[in-house]
Amino acid sequence: MANKVAESISREEFFYGHKACAGCGGSLAVRIALKSLGEKTVSVLPAGCMSAVGFNFPQLCFSNNSIISTFAGTASMLTGVEAGLRAKGYKDFTAVGFAGDGGTADIGIQALSGAIDRNDNIIYICYDNEAYMNTGIQKSGLTPFGAKTTTTPAGKNIHGNIRPKKNMFEIAAAHDIPYAATASIGYLNDFIAKVQKASKIQGTKYIHVIAPCPTGWGVAPDKTVEIARKVVDCGLWYLAEYENGEFTLNHKPKEFSSVEEYLRKQGRFKHLTDEDIKIIADSRDKKWEHIEKTFSYR
Amino acid sequence: MKKFLSGNEAFAEGIRLARPQVISAYPITPQTIVVERLSEMVEDGSLSAEYIHVESEHSALSCAIGASAAGARAFTATSSQGLLYMAECLYYASGGRFPIVMMNADRSTALPWNIYGDQRDSLSQLDSGWIQAYAENAQEALDLALMSYKIAENKKVSTPFMANLDGFVLTHTYETVDIPEREQADKFLPPYETDNRFDFDNPKNMAFSAGPDTNYIFKYKEHEGILSAREVIKQTENEFAEIFGRRYTGLIENYLTDDAEYIIVTLGSIAGLCRETADKLRKNGIKAGVVRLRYIRPFPNEEISEVLKNAKAYAVLEKDISFGNEGTVFTNVNSALKKSGINVRGYNFIGGLGGKNISASDIEKIYSDIQNGTDSVNFIGIGGENNGK
Repeated sequence: MANKVAESISREEFFYGHKACAGCGGSLAVRIALKSLGEKTVSVLPAGCMSAVGFNFPQLCFSNNSIISTFAGTASMLTGVEAGLRAKGYKDFTAVGFAGDGGTADIGIQALSGAIDRNDNIIYICYDNEAYMNTGIQKSGLTPFGAKTTTTPAGKNIHGNIRPKKNMFEIAAAHDIPYAATASIGYLNDFIAKVQKASKIQGTKYIHVIAPCPTGWGVAPDKTVEIARKVVDCGLWYLAEYENGEFTLNHKPKEFSSVEEYLRKQGRFKHLTDEDIKIIADSRDKKWEHIEKTFSYR
Repeated sequence: MKKFLSGNEAFAEGIRLARPQVISAYPITPQTIVVERLSEMVEDGSLSAEYIHVESEHSALSCAIGASAAGARAFTATSSQGLLYMAECLYYASGGRFPIVMMNADRSTALPWNIYGDQRDSLSQLDSGWIQAYAENAQEALDLALMSYKIAENKKVSTPFMANLDGFVLTHTYETVDIPEREQADKFLPPYETDNRFDFDNPKNMAFSAGPDTNYIFKYKEHEGILSAREVIKQTENEFAEIFGRRYTGLIENYLTDDAEYIIVTLGSIAGLCRETADKLRKNGIKAGVVRLRYIRPFPNEEISEVLKNAKAYAVLEKDISFGNEGTVFTNVNSALKKSGINVRGYNFIGGLGGKNISASDIEKIYSDIQNGTDSVNFIGIGGENNGK
């Protein structure tokens, strides 16, 4: 099975020679997505980790056509790139954006909403490492409840971030987008299949992939993929799709692994009390009640 | 073909003739009519372009940059708050050397809210690296639209172009306008060809970072590019005159300046009333003249120095104030004279803010004030900032 997937993606590398941190989940997501999409792909990346590590003249690390956008402008620039290439007579190309959680859920959400509303023929991939990692681990709209960041310190009075993650997948779906999906780099085959599926669908596609940041999460660089699996296995993240107006769950753990174990493995959650952990586990259960009710499973 | 058109409509006709391939725009008064007309042209097939309904001005220009990076000819239009909202992208477009054309309907900026014309919006963005032209009338607006791409896309220049039309006074005023024939326009402006674009045979990384070792070189090149527009504007106007029979005068337009002792330097649509006033004063023996700045980036340093060097005094009349100092155009004009070693008395007159009318008697008073001497910076209708002390 694994071989079949590996054979379905390009043997060429499109993102290499960059200086991302050891164990970077975001760079793995970008690398694998580009290998899934192939050479006739134009990528748009806003200011953020991937542009900071791979786009410093003269050390340019994308071997496909790529461009940095403004922080807020990933989706709008993608729209322009797609329209411009089409106007120049190009066919059979893919315009893909790779923005982080802050670039997507905070500063870039307006432009993303506009692009989905217009149903522009683009793929937008949010690599979610749950904080502004490039600037030194500040809270974003996708930082989970309880996480310590440099702007949500964990002290006696406040235990890190006090708000849950925005649900970007369902926000995208609420536009009645042709295709939206969640993924995790811990389940790479599922991510690859979703990127490949998105490339065959006309209109706007949104894929939200969890891509842990060892530096910001406080885990060892060789634990990135493991922690990206655990977040799915413990039920704090889920693998799903939205298509033709329906939500589908792709992966249903028989039994959730321990939320506490997932949290305690990470430096950013070290300070959490048992009570905090119960709040997180309860919110997971509530979310899954909603999933069981509204998502089909096959 | 002659038609009765507003400034906005004339500009839209010019853009139609220029065949942009991607138009991305967000509506704002008093720019709206230009994008309404363009969307109608796309609908009726007289313009073959992608019309993209973006959700903000920031996205309008971000989208145009993406299209330009794909090698397409791109257009957007805005005004006032919209120009300020997209400000980040202005610097992005010029730094990436993307020759996008934008029409800006000059309008006041909040607070207080005001939809009427002054030039504080565009003049606040002089440092953004765009060519900035100011039209006086609807015909010039149309002609600028057509010339703008030829200037911006010149390989030496490769700089975005902002064409400014005074809000309402020009954008909403109807005049008889001569619309060039399609064949002639195509002869004048060939399709956009560039290497500064994506290429599937030779993939490119565009709009990259450049650290301290190389950044200054890119910035110097950007400066060289916009400076080279000085020559390219002249060439383009010559070619334009040959094909269309209308001749423009480069970065500035002089009126009765050869023997003028008292000169008003201004920009935009108020220049017409200044010329009329100069005519009237000449009948009374006062040697009055007018200089209209057609371009303020690149700045006409030599031209300004040449025309003002023999005057007894000059006034800079502008719809702008750089709070805490003086009008920005005044600063630029003074700098030109200083660099040329010319010492002529100069005075600044700030008028038309938030659309306040500038009357013929206001202009007569400017000519009289600069003959008698007045404060360095004067607000029309209020007085000098030092009350004459």
